[in-house]
Amino acid sequence: MWKWLHSYADPERAYKLASTLLPWFAFSAILFISVGTIWGMLFAPMDYQQGESFRIIYIHVPSASMSMAAYMAMASASFVGIVWQIKTADWVAASIAPIGAVITFIALLTGAAWGKPMWGTWWVWDARLTSELVLLFLYLGVISLYASFEDKVLAARAAGILAIVGVINIPIIKYSVDWWSSLHQPATIKITEKSAMPMEMLAPLLINIFGFGLMIGAITLVRYKAEILARNGMRPWVRELAKAEASK
Amino acid sequence: MIQFESLSEFLNMGGYAFYVWLSYGVTFGSLGILLFLSLRQKRSVLLEISKKMEREDRLKETRSSR
Repeated sequence: MWKWLHSYADPERAYKLASTLLPWFAFSAILFISVGTIWGMLFAPMDYQQGESFRIIYIHVPSASMSMAAYMAMASASFVGIVWQIKTADWVAASIAPIGAVITFIALLTGAAWGKPMWGTWWVWDARLTSELVLLFLYLGVISLYASFEDKVLAARAAGILAIVGVINIPIIKYSVDWWSSLHQPATIKITEKSAMPMEMLAPLLINIFGFGLMIGAITLVRYKAEILARNGMRPWVRELAKAEASK
Repeated sequence: MIQFESLSEFLNMGGYAFYVWLSYGVTFGSLGILLFLSLRQKRSVLLEISKKMEREDRLKETRSSR
């Protein structure tokens, strides 16, 4: 049933698939983020306790939740790459890592800029904030390990092992607000029960969360294409592309 | 319905202008830089490969002329 997947272990086919998917991801990401952000900034009602400062939620929650989702995607790709020795999966992981680092940085910074007016401090060393900071360091570790080896097969294995071991941090981030007492509020969006937010506020938030996911997908595809080319410089089809680019 | 009476009221963000616009500015600024660098990658990779190809060609020529 999953046999068709094997054909994407071929770099050229993976490259073509990425090229086909890219415009769809890019277009829908722009659409979702525009709608979600404009709706959240202009049309969502003001929070009665936090005033207008709550509008930071429309980038803070999407970046924070997607920083974890991107990590899971990266670790899964590394797992596939290590277990089945599929290089195209290793390159997916290598493409996601820098994007995940930027998204995690955004989550931390918007959290600080929201914490200052609401909690009175930019930063506290509590469980949620610290574990999210550890996530940033995990991303940076994966990036630097992958960059440290000339032999990219070895580099992907080293970075992949770190990525897989680091998965332990994800449930810690997720449940930190339940396990330890924290300044950070518990989850607002709940899958099984009613969310602690009226629909007029929640709808643009969900749209932006989805939009951030699509955007990470789109930028991953952009980087993935470059990564495939960089790792296959000896292949005729890549050399063909290089010749065309140089004559431009 | 738009929640703000005027543009200046929107920019003021109920007194939280600094924090809200700092968040949005850094978010879209850093995403913009990431996107710019990512889009540039492909061309620089291809140019590097073509330079390598030229070097190989030159090596071949010098070898055959000897």
